[in-house]
Amino acid sequence: MSNSTATRPGMKPRPLSPHLSIYKPIPTMMMSIVHRITGGALYFGMLLVAWWLVAASTSEDAFGLAQGVMGSWIGILVLIGFTWALWHHLLGGMRHLLWDTGYAMDKHTATTLAWATLAGSLALTLLTWIAVFVVGA
Amino acid sequence: MADMQTPLRRVRGLGSARGGTAHFWRVRVTSVALVPLSLFAIWLVLATFGSGYLETRAMLAHPVVAILLGLFVVITLDHMRSGMEEIIADYIHGEGLKLVLLMLNLFFVLVVGGACLFALLKIAFGG
Ligand code: HEM
Repeated sequence: MSNSTATRPGMKPRPLSPHLSIYKPIPTMMMSIVHRITGGALYFGMLLVAWWLVAASTSEDAFGLAQGVMGSWIGILVLIGFTWALWHHLLGGMRHLLWDTGYAMDKHTATTLAWATLAGSLALTLLTWIAVFVVGA
Repeated sequence: MADMQTPLRRVRGLGSARGGTAHFWRVRVTSVALVPLSLFAIWLVLATFGSGYLETRAMLAHPVVAILLGLFVVITLDHMRSGMEEIIADYIHGEGLKLVLLMLNLFFVLVVGGACLFALLKIAFGG
């Protein structure tokens, strides 16, 4: 059994926050969840960075294999997802830093910023991949 | 076993990941550093996209690139270790499983970091 202070035997039950599923989804809440999901995705995405670097330090064949997999259509889809996650998490992170200084906490600004994070991350991902294909071409 | 701690002592036990606000602060500091470093990393991937083996290695061997990429790797791993500790503390309530996952989290970061840094240094020193 869980042994948290909310349920420890002999203690008065502590108030728990209501479960996530009873709230109506709102933009700030969705962006908060997405910030956590993108953080988790980037966490595992660092494996790709490690693979790329280790391959480049090993041999031409190893590097060719990594590039072949990452350059396949499925690899490119994953990399597009990685790029979007990084842009989204970066913009969301800057939003957190702004909040930490006490600004932009009111409801309307926060909602606007939530939408801006989403729109900004999509736009920057698009620009990044246009640049990739222009440079790569 | 009876809990002999006073409520105050429990609060001073620094919360469920045993780090108190140190975590919070660490994530903030690394976030600030990661803004420019992530932009650099995105630029680097763009700049090397589609380049061959030798070209990519030459790029990675440049001291400025190697140093900045090394910083990106080290600071990202520190950031994501603290971030994942927070996620584990939020969702995992059993003490045993929590300890195991906190350990795996640390091992993951050390292995990924060790691999990245070894590879970077090997390329930078011409191996
Ligand atoms: C590849 C790079 C990165 C990885 C792997 C990563 C990973 C993570 C993870 C796993 C978390 C925990 C998520 C949560 O608690 O909800 C997190 C949180 C956070 N990240 Fe990142 N991150 C990266 C880059 C960045 C960047 C560039 C920023 C820029 C500001 C940033 C800012 C933040 C902030 C402020 C939090 C705390 C959010 C909160 O308190 O809820 N991260 N990150």
